Amino acid sequence: MNQEKTNDMILQTVTKLVSFIILLFSFYLFLSGHNAPGGGFVGGLITSSSIVLLLLAYDLKTVKAILPVNFIYVAGMGLLIAILTGAGAFVFGAPFLSHTFGYFHLPFLGKTELATATLFDLGVYLVVVGVTMTIIQTIGEEE
Amino acid sequence: MLTVILQISLGIMAVSTLLYVIRVIKGPSVPDRVIALDAIGINLIAITALVSILLRTSVFLDIILLLGILSFIGTIAFSKFLEKGEVIENDRDR
Repeated sequence: MNQEKTNDMILQTVTKLVSFIILLFSFYLFLSGHNAPGGGFVGGLITSSSIVLLLLAYDLKTVKAILPVNFIYVAGMGLLIAILTGAGAFVFGAPFLSHTFGYFHLPFLGKTELATATLFDLGVYLVVVGVTMTIIQTIGEEE
Repeated sequence: MLTVILQISLGIMAVSTLLYVIRVIKGPSVPDRVIALDAIGINLIAITALVSILLRTSVFLDIILLLGILSFIGTIAFSKFLEKGEVIENDRDR
């Protein structure tokens, strides 16, 4: 609107701190989806909202320099992971999309339940991040 | 006893949100409306916390953080639109 240059120092300094907190929260939501509210969809949305905060504080060129990723390929990679975890059940003679879990002793966490549904959730997460960021960047860069 | 206190608090938060809604409708300028919507978001956080105490559950605690993040990003997006006329810039230094 006004042509004089603005200085967004407060917004950019807050963004440097807050975007990492949002990323950590999205990672927590992604991992907690098995036994608590959360999962791949919400985790992906919060991750992309953290990138949107970067886009708001900086500009498209800077964010593309920070994250040199084509988000269409991220969505494709997520679909590939989801299909491969579904088709991986064929190796063990189980029906498509069969999932299994087991209990393992991890170094710091102790007895932990690891489920292959997390891998499918990783696919959902990548698809949500890729599609959301593609939509927002495509709308943002048109003149 | 705790239930009565929580219900009174929920009533107070409802009245406060209603007053903010009046400000959103009548606000003479756009920044008035943006600030009122931001405060409604904060009131929603408080209402969610009170309801989760009332229902004796902890599954809504994620919603509280989520509402805080979304309200923050929404307010920043709107204020950037008001200041610069576009939400996401292509190149800042041009």
